[in-house]
Amino acid sequence: MNAPPSVTTMKQLTVPRIDQCIGCHSCTLACARLIHQRISWSCAGIRIHSAGGLSTGFMAVHCLACDPAPCVAACPTGAFSQRPGGGVVVRKKLCIQCGRCVEACPVDAVSSNRRGEVFVCIHCGRCVEFCPQDCLELAEMAGGMEVPR
Amino acid sequence: MIREQFRILSVDLGTGKGRIELLDGRSSVAGGSGLAALLYSRYGLPDQPWNAEGQPLIFAIGPLTGYFPLMSKTVCSFKSGYHNQYTESHAGGRTALALRFADLDALVIVGRAGRLSSLNIGARHLQIKDAHFMRGMEADTAGKLLRRMSAEGSGHRSILRIGPAGEIGSAMAAINVDSYRHFGRMGGGALMGAKNLKGIVIDGDGDFPQPAGSAYAKVFKEVYSQATSTDMMRKYYNLGTAANLQGLNDLQSLPWNNLQKTSDPAIAGITGEAFADETLLRNGACSGCPVGCIHIGYVREKTLNDNRYHYHQVAYDYEPIFAAGTMLGVTRPFDVLRILDVMDKVCLDAMSAGVALAWATEASEQGLISEKETVVRLKFGDSDAYQQAAGFLGRGANDFYRLLGQGTLRAAEAYGGAEFACVLGQEMAGYATGELFFAAQTLGFRHSHLDTAAYSYDQKNADRDVTKAVDFLIADEPGRVFLTSMVACLFARSVYTDARLAECLSAVGYETLAGAIPETAEHIRRLRWRLRVATGFNPAALDIPKRFYDVRTWKGPVSREYLDALKQEYGRRIMEMAADRTAAVTPPGKEGK
Repeated sequence: MNAPPSVTTMKQLTVPRIDQCIGCHSCTLACARLIHQRISWSCAGIRIHSAGGLSTGFMAVHCLACDPAPCVAACPTGAFSQRPGGGVVVRKKLCIQCGRCVEACPVDAVSSNRRGEVFVCIHCGRCVEFCPQDCLELAEMAGGMEVPR
Repeated sequence: MIREQFRILSVDLGTGKGRIELLDGRSSVAGGSGLAALLYSRYGLPDQPWNAEGQPLIFAIGPLTGYFPLMSKTVCSFKSGYHNQYTESHAGGRTALALRFADLDALVIVGRAGRLSSLNIGARHLQIKDAHFMRGMEADTAGKLLRRMSAEGSGHRSILRIGPAGEIGSAMAAINVDSYRHFGRMGGGALMGAKNLKGIVIDGDGDFPQPAGSAYAKVFKEVYSQATSTDMMRKYYNLGTAANLQGLNDLQSLPWNNLQKTSDPAIAGITGEAFADETLLRNGACSGCPVGCIHIGYVREKTLNDNRYHYHQVAYDYEPIFAAGTMLGVTRPFDVLRILDVMDKVCLDAMSAGVALAWATEASEQGLISEKETVVRLKFGDSDAYQQAAGFLGRGANDFYRLLGQGTLRAAEAYGGAEFACVLGQEMAGYATGELFFAAQTLGFRHSHLDTAAYSYDQKNADRDVTKAVDFLIADEPGRVFLTSMVACLFARSVYTDARLAECLSAVGYETLAGAIPETAEHIRRLRWRLRVATGFNPAALDIPKRFYDVRTWKGPVSREYLDALKQEYGRRIMEMAADRTAAVTPPGKEGK
């Protein structure tokens, strides 16, 4: 079944099989390297945390593609703007590193480093191929629902 | 961060102060094992006892840590309470990346805290916290509490801690790393205990720019692809090292019942497949390693009557299964995990503890010791007894267990039974493969099966050519030393050839080091051995107990003549190498200025 034509379809990073995560941080390291040109396990759009200690498995902290996105509403300069279909479009040049987006995100998906640079998932899917456990997926979404392939 | 100098944090627990130091030597000692040796040369007190207040506890990572996959381990070096000599222990977990992102190449801890404490460090903080209320606390509980006491950094920190064994100064005391990995061998936990240091929390809260140029991305992609897209690593993440149980049993090389035999049909119940089918709960990975070789099993305990249960997660590998399984005649996976669970909690090195308890069992059988010493009657196969005994050993329940915790041979000196003590420099690793392994572990730098590939040589060579065998050991060591200076997981040795390492080092900007790998490896090897010799290493003082001469492998009975000749020649070559200061092996670069 195809999505109704009136609903915008956009690709989103999803973590449908995060239960399979082994905590290697390869996704985070890939995002930091390929998108942000950083060597880091935190300056990335997806971050892996233990779900309450290493004995409890792992969770992926990433943008859940809000629409409207509270981080966009909080941004005073337009560095964050609404991405059609959910999530944000980031224009780094407009960012004044106020950190309001970090505070506004209800799921802690926007992070900042000590220099105030902010990091959020842009749903590009570059991390997906680096997950050795097949936890991640770049899925076609429409109205918050995955579009069947 | 890529920098030519090493960035070191030294912390004095006595004063509570730390100091950042920038140290030359990248091109001559690389990092990891080499850096640890360099740091012991600067901070160590070779002539003083292992637990002297000023002795350093060193944690070092390598130049590629955080930059490439499987560069995921940390070298811990110290003067060991086991033999009062310089040693290293290696562990994975999160420590390596946490140190990298704390922007440290090494952490050096000296001094002694006034009371039991924890050390918390990161890129922007250093704090020593009171932890007196954790006295006697088991390692798992201590880990949870340290996590609660450090609110920030979930997922990006490493928590090291000791249990009761470290606090009592057991030479078999491990340092638990992030619940499922350990600096196990040679008693690093005892040095933490001697320093009144219950835990270390390392926050990796920094980040760095990616190396410039296109070479880095290209080499990374190739390495990552090699490590994940081929079958090269499958044996490590599938059944894991536990797969070796069946193979070594088939080769008559698996120690059973204190090495009274090397093969047993009961292997069927305790293979890698049996562990996976019955007990495997999930898998895990060290940070920065996509292979994910960590196998975590579970034990379920009935707490009360009715259906009231709780469960524990216990990591397993070949070596702990040998030590708490076949060596003790325990042949059910859940029983092995129950013993390992206790060892983990009291934070004993599983290999050392299992081998020590195997000796105690045979000593009991022979009437050299009784329940007066062991408290509980030890009998091969009796896992309930071994669970209790592991607790007694870790907590030093009486004079016997405290002495046994200093090493099986120490107990044998007092009670007899040295001839069946399975000690090769330290309690044996699980490879009764033959003469070369016995000689190599006895004299190896870490007394580890990973010092050289002697266990592999034994499995492929039936001849008794002393020169050829010792040449193999001497030639094999530098490559491993360089890998542990990177600090790569040794499972990645097929990925990280010298040529590949040169590409990696060059891609991140260490061109000088990249162009001098063989010379640097040789230099580090000698540096380490010189420290070992300076702290008392003497091959002639290390005997191989009679039990090893009674072993029968696939090659037939062990040859006394061949084994003695190997030990004699390997010892001679090590001492000759350590003494040779004229060899043109010093690579470019300044050391420790």
